[in-house]
Amino acid sequence: MTNSNIANHNIISLNRVSKHYGGEAVVSDVDINIQPGECVVLVGPNGAGKTTLMKLMLGLTRPTAGKVRVLGADPAYGTALEQHKTLGYLPESVAFYEAMNGREVLAFYARLKGVSNRQCDYLLDMVGLADAARRRVGGYSKGMRQRLGLAQAMLGNPQLLFLDEPTSGLDPGLRHQFYQIIDSLHKDGATSVISSHALNEVEARASRIIIMKAGVMIASGTLDELFLQAALPVRLEVSVIPGEAASVAERLGSGINIGEVNHSTVKLSCFNGDKMPMIRRIVELGELVNDLKIMPPRLDEVYDHFMNGGLS
Amino acid sequence: MLWILTMKELQDGLRNRWIAAGIIVLGILALVLSVLGSAPTGSVRVSELDISVISLASLSVYLIPLIALMLSFDAMVGELERGTMMLLLTYPVTRWQVIMGKFMGHVLILFIAILVGYGGAAVAMVLFTGSGTEGWQAYAVMMASSLMLGSVFIALGYLVSVLVKERATAAGAAIGLWLVFVVFYDLLLFGALMMDTGQVIGQQLFSILMLVSPTDSYRIFNLSLFEGVSEAAGIAGVASEAGLSAPLLISAMMLWVIVPLVATLLVFQRREL
Repeated sequence: MTNSNIANHNIISLNRVSKHYGGEAVVSDVDINIQPGECVVLVGPNGAGKTTLMKLMLGLTRPTAGKVRVLGADPAYGTALEQHKTLGYLPESVAFYEAMNGREVLAFYARLKGVSNRQCDYLLDMVGLADAARRRVGGYSKGMRQRLGLAQAMLGNPQLLFLDEPTSGLDPGLRHQFYQIIDSLHKDGATSVISSHALNEVEARASRIIIMKAGVMIASGTLDELFLQAALPVRLEVSVIPGEAASVAERLGSGINIGEVNHSTVKLSCFNGDKMPMIRRIVELGELVNDLKIMPPRLDEVYDHFMNGGLS
Repeated sequence: MLWILTMKELQDGLRNRWIAAGIIVLGILALVLSVLGSAPTGSVRVSELDISVISLASLSVYLIPLIALMLSFDAMVGELERGTMMLLLTYPVTRWQVIMGKFMGHVLILFIAILVGYGGAAVAMVLFTGSGTEGWQAYAVMMASSLMLGSVFIALGYLVSVLVKERATAAGAAIGLWLVFVVFYDLLLFGALMMDTGQVIGQQLFSILMLVSPTDSYRIFNLSLFEGVSEAAGIAGVASEAGLSAPLLISAMMLWVIVPLVATLLVFQRREL
């Protein structure tokens, strides 16, 4: 299957998918279509259904209702078996065969994927486990397991990656390195689905963010689209000539939201649509204004908005 | 693909000393029995290996199922509980391959233990006690059928392992399985025969009851297949009178392997992780 062949198709599609466990809905009526090359990030609190969504895409569980298609096939029936060679998965809190050493574990998975032993050594080196490769996995720390999990997911240069909380337990250096690997796989056209709590970490590389809450997809879109959907105010901070803050606030103050005013700064906020008129008015103040800072809503504010205010 | 999974299981067997333990237990058992068993044969013209077949077959009935169940009870539930199964199934393997790979690996472990344990004991007997090699065929067949008996209980262990939710439950259920198949069934049957005195349990029903139990099939198969053995055991002609031919007994045991394996697969296919 060439890239141009599947370019117009969804690599993953979930059509009105629901999943119930013992009568309780873990995922409700979710529609997701993912195109080749996308980096889709699932965010949401624990129990939002992120892991279940991944398991549905991997064919580990079957939907109670709706249709799941991955690479054009139903993943739950083993028909996508060949495609599993180009698939990498890092489960949340990954478990390994404790009695084996790191090298043996990786070599076992490599054989299943038909990958050479050379790549095992390369990957072990890359995640910084080369020295621990001959030690039993049972004695590995949480971070080391996570690194072995990453190495395992990268076997065979996968074209489709599922990463469930990939950076939990990783130190900042390795975290950075990890995202570099993801980026390079994306350059080669890989598609990935990443679930994460750490929004600020993934925002830069997410082609789309899906916010889940209690099994429901409450928002989906690019970062910019989410900002617009959230309609959160933009904050402005105006530095003025000392002592002029109060008069500036008054001159600006018809129908706008003035926050803090002190000796030399005026803080105010407005909606995105009102931002440019507001800036013009500030500029018209001329010499009175020393500086102007514009602060768009932060990602965690957007997230908070959807989590807490999104349904109200 | 199957072979990769088989080899992993075999390596695990080497690593956690299952193979070594199996060899030692079976080897010592065979040697002790041969030493004890060689005393009373006296002047009767019976080969020592034939005698060993009788005593070993009688003890294997208890020991082999136990070893097989200990190997297998954890196979599915262990990986499901720890979470390694989830990752494994995202690799290009089918669930059928996972089960068959494990099965072949575990059978191979048992094969090595039986071959080296029982086989080594036989070689030692021939070399050091001066007993002849007469009856080696019966001994070899006993080894092969022991593997078959073990396979039955490996398959049964998988079924238990895939049906339960926790490892502890699987361990308990495996012990229960062993008690039922190895101890209670024969005990109940024996009791029933004593009380019945041939009124309800006729020849035919008795034959069926023997076929239904894999351990009894194994025992009758070993004690009746070779003349030297059946004469020494004092049951010459019993099996053939009961219509229990060797192929029939083997087929019955085969079914005991295939049916639990297929059932395990069917349960596993529906299992959601």
